[in-house]
Amino acid sequence: MKRLGIAEALREAIAEEMRRDERVFCIGEDIGIPGGWGGAFTVTLGLEKEFPDRMINTPISEAGFTGVAMGAAMMGLRPIADMQYADFLFCAMDQMANQVAKMRYMSGGKISIPLVMRGPVGVTGRGAQHAQMMEPYFLPLPGVKIVAPSTAYDAKGLLKAAVRDDNPVLIFEHKLLYGSKGPRVESGAFDASSDIPDDDYIVPLGKGIVRREGSDVTIIATLLMMHRSLEAAAILEKDGISAEVIDPRSLVPFDWDLVKGSAAKTGRVITVEESPRRGGVGSEIAAVLAEDMIDFLVAPVKRIAAPDTPAPFSPPMEKYYVPDAPRIAQAARDLMAIS
Amino acid sequence: MKQAAQDRAWLMSLYRRMVLIREFEERVKYLFLEGIMPGTIHQYQGQEACAVGVCAALDQDDVITSTHRPHGHAIARGLPVNSLMAELFGKVTGCCKGKGGSMHMGDLSRGMVPAVAIVGGALPMAAGIALSFRMKKEKRVAVAFMGDGATNEGTFHEALNMASVWDLPVVYVVENNLYAASTHVSLAMKTKTIAERASAYGMPGCTVDGNDVLAVHAAAKEALDRARAGKGPTLLELVTYRITGHSRRDPALYQPEEEKKKALANEPIGRLAARLKVDGIADDKALAEIRDSVKAEIEEAVKRAMADPEPRPEDTLEDVFA
Repeated sequence: MKRLGIAEALREAIAEEMRRDERVFCIGEDIGIPGGWGGAFTVTLGLEKEFPDRMINTPISEAGFTGVAMGAAMMGLRPIADMQYADFLFCAMDQMANQVAKMRYMSGGKISIPLVMRGPVGVTGRGAQHAQMMEPYFLPLPGVKIVAPSTAYDAKGLLKAAVRDDNPVLIFEHKLLYGSKGPRVESGAFDASSDIPDDDYIVPLGKGIVRREGSDVTIIATLLMMHRSLEAAAILEKDGISAEVIDPRSLVPFDWDLVKGSAAKTGRVITVEESPRRGGVGSEIAAVLAEDMIDFLVAPVKRIAAPDTPAPFSPPMEKYYVPDAPRIAQAARDLMAIS
Repeated sequence: MKQAAQDRAWLMSLYRRMVLIREFEERVKYLFLEGIMPGTIHQYQGQEACAVGVCAALDQDDVITSTHRPHGHAIARGLPVNSLMAELFGKVTGCCKGKGGSMHMGDLSRGMVPAVAIVGGALPMAAGIALSFRMKKEKRVAVAFMGDGATNEGTFHEALNMASVWDLPVVYVVENNLYAASTHVSLAMKTKTIAERASAYGMPGCTVDGNDVLAVHAAAKEALDRARAGKGPTLLELVTYRITGHSRRDPALYQPEEEKKKALANEPIGRLAARLKVDGIADDKALAEIRDSVKAEIEEAVKRAMADPEPRPEDTLEDVFA
């Protein structure tokens, strides 16, 4: 057992998977360079020492290396591709949406694409183009799984599960959760470290988790917003409101049983996300609950999200943009007022 | 003597394969015009020497990628005509179980990735296939077919650059049929040839008469040998002409009559036929017999495909995830 942050936990997961299976390799920009960065966020730092032939550093060619990774995956290798910032997935969107996601289907199920694509997300003082939560863009795309870990334990277990899955898996990592010490310290960084077991483990794709049990209101969030939701639950406890916090961990497939079970118990649901509210993850959750669970709900589903604008740069505006614990707590109080 | 007989047989096999593509396309065109076949089509008439010349130079376990105009590549790569015809009819017996259709036909187990119908979309993938061969220490080569239009896509630049930087075993084959859909190549690029774009990536590029199947074969062989020897990628520009519309309802009014006339006189099957006759390898009767046997094969494929079962509507839900 040891204590690791998300960046270190991911690095350990990658190294262990590469040791376990020689078909696994890393591909992306600024990786595998001795004296370099290990990707934009140190996740692959130093891995070139153990795996000199399996750290494929690429030119600045996001569409290019996404397609390269896909081609290799199609032929039986298991690439872990590194998009320095998830925002750059837009450069590779044809490759992701038209090629990676559809090839298996178009082939009549004859081809598998065991490709892991890592993408750092989060509004983090970098302005509008290094800030986006990309989940809503991929949520309606059949053929790609999506995970979004909020703790180091889950990051390691989900990445390992993703590498072993025979489908394309996007893993969104939050920049403020990579670590709160050493090289990873930055304004707003949040400690998401976990005790990591010595033994091999995975966190299965499609399995959510109850982070805090409660009976009055259900709060659903991933990544940094899961931690903000836990803070909100602590505030609410002082008000005598019992909040259940659910971390879906995977968005595709989605643990509907867990979410519906909690909604049936509390009758009040809040979704929290860091991206614009329009067409977000919360919209999908709200729609499904409205279709399937309306008899159990005692109040409308409330979506807490960013405004429908790009992410601003200036700190006061950014603070306004990203949902925080007081906002989530207030939403819960508002729902409790509806009886 | 034995060698000469083998050469003869090989030349006749090239001829048969080209005629198979031509007759397949003509029959398919007719099926569309009759309204019997669903979907849309982009056809290959006039470019047969490109696919056949390149594919004849491949080893069995090499892999090709294709485009929205893939029928010729699929036939040249040796996919069973039955499975292609059935795919066009959207039948479960098709090479993609009816989930691909005209623009996505292929079968990886037979060396052809299901065709990618986004222009330039398969070029990075081909580099990745080549990377996998290299990492697995296999002596295989990836070949990416594309049209002239694809060379103006960003993926062309990204893929060729990476393939060259890493000396990957891949050959990029441009079939320059002078038109990207309706737009003449001169309106879309300033360079005289597409091959010279290779110099931007530090790889060899050459322009070849794409209607001369033997010239295509020789150039492809050289590029494949180079790739297999670990010396990196090549850009082959095969100059050819599409003697049909871009897609099913295109009368190609933008192709000048004079140009079309010249192209018809220069089309690859007629040229190979003339050569076979001059060299005394085949006479008109032998060539006509090939055409008849090809037509019979295609008729049989049409009959079978039309009789094959339709997919169940709920098959829609299968094959999204492994």
